[in-house]
Amino acid sequence: MVIDKIKKRIEYDNENDVQENEEHRSDIPVGKWVKCSKCKQILYKEDLHKNFSVCPNCGNHFRLSSRRRVSQIIDEGTFEEFDLKIDADNPLKMDDYIKKLQTLREKTGLDEAVKCGIGKINSEEVVLCVMDSNFLMGSMGKVVGEKITYSIEKAIELKLPIIIFCASGGARMQEGIVSLMQMAKTSAAVKKLNKEGNLYISVLTDPTYGGVTASFATLGDIILAEPNAMIGFAGQRVIKQTIGQDLPEGFQTSEFLLEHGFIDKIVNRKDMKETLYKLILLHKGGNRDAE
Amino acid sequence: MPSKKITAWERVMIAREADRPTALDYIDNIFDEFMELHGDRYFKDDKSIVCGLGRIGRQNYTIIGEQKGRNTKENIERNFGMPNPEAYRKALRFMKQAEKFSRPVVTFIDTKGAYPGLGAEERGQGEAIAKNLMEMSDLKVPIIAIVIGEGSSGGALAIGVGDRVLMLENAIYSILSPEGYASILWKDSSRAEEAAEKMKLTAKDLLKLGVIDEVLKEPNGNAKTDIEKMSETMKKKIVSITKELQELDVNELVENRYQKFRNM
Repeated sequence: MVIDKIKKRIEYDNENDVQENEEHRSDIPVGKWVKCSKCKQILYKEDLHKNFSVCPNCGNHFRLSSRRRVSQIIDEGTFEEFDLKIDADNPLKMDDYIKKLQTLREKTGLDEAVKCGIGKINSEEVVLCVMDSNFLMGSMGKVVGEKITYSIEKAIELKLPIIIFCASGGARMQEGIVSLMQMAKTSAAVKKLNKEGNLYISVLTDPTYGGVTASFATLGDIILAEPNAMIGFAGQRVIKQTIGQDLPEGFQTSEFLLEHGFIDKIVNRKDMKETLYKLILLHKGGNRDAE
Repeated sequence: MPSKKITAWERVMIAREADRPTALDYIDNIFDEFMELHGDRYFKDDKSIVCGLGRIGRQNYTIIGEQKGRNTKENIERNFGMPNPEAYRKALRFMKQAEKFSRPVVTFIDTKGAYPGLGAEERGQGEAIAKNLMEMSDLKVPIIAIVIGEGSSGGALAIGVGDRVLMLENAIYSILSPEGYASILWKDSSRAEEAAEKMKLTAKDLLKLGVIDEVLKEPNGNAKTDIEKMSETMKKKIVSITKELQELDVNELVENRYQKFRNM
């Protein structure tokens, strides 16, 4: 897990679904509004959501819950989440860790920092994993590593393309070295997938850092990113301390990565589903008539 | 020797001692012959990782080691043993060559972490590490990884996906430095000592967790007291493990490695 800045941004940008439901129940009008962190415009939440949670004023892509992400990408009613009951691991025996996870589960309605399952994109079946920064900053511990690996193996078994939306501060500190090993595990699974010839599309969203950047996130056949997402290996504070100078404007943004050749394409959120669909079709063998 | 209880933090201190033997110290002692070769063929030769060919008896090896300096001048040259992406790409180039020529790979892990710099990010530090993890998982030759000093973060793991992972008694292996860990979890890097005790970064703890396969005892409780003896211990292990792994059919070797990390 890397940056302080990430945390600051999330206070503005996050749309906490649970909270929102509570707000819908009440009549307090103030809960229906949200401020854009970039242009500071006050936005009506309903309008924002209709616009894919992208600021209609300045195009800022708000962070998205995994639930909302699935609904934007997958045909309605076709998503089936894998029913994986994986017990949380507490290898360092951190006093409050399991309790913290429990509280987070209740608060967010998520079981962990990634949601994985099978669904359809314009009737094309895919395996989809969506990381969620609402859950311990999307950090990767054993459960996340296991769910990602299971999904990749499932894609191999079912001969389906796999799409992973990354959003993560990196490896999960609370699980120590075990989190680090998830990097090897998930990367090895991608290698297996490659040997089988399945398509893997990685989509980098704000933020993607650390151990996730240094494993499956950067191993896609195709790597897409949302505009202006923060993506990197080391956090900016650490880099600044190490080199003792300020970082250039736009450092570690999607646009920076595109310029340096590390992603294939930046895709606006409203075009994401169609882009994924086109890519899936373009990978369906050389001659589509032969299908 | 009566073994008095050494704390995790004391091990951290030993692992970081300026005169702790480095990868090249061991390489020179373990192998009957060693020829260093250079460059990633894309950008430059990053000296924080040394690569080359060597042999023990009639068995050839590809050798890869994270190399710290032994004084300020050397450390600047070695970037304090903190690899840039080109170092990992160099390592990968040699691993793929090892596969081509059916040579086992031996790696020596000793780094504070992958270098967090501007250029490192520009040249894809994350991608370089990820690619090594991916390719090592499927390399068709035996890989023996030995943590000799500090094994910190993805920067260590990037040459650590081995069939066997060994650790010297006083080496440490962790998700990041205790200072970094304390700073992230508790917003207080001065609690590094406390973090070290919590992190399970000692060889003994990691053996219990199943992250490593074996702990190698250090002569007189510290490898620097007798580099030759330490090297001899490692050499024997390398030779016997190589034989053991070479008995396996390639598919079995690779599948075992996959399952090893799959189950972590």
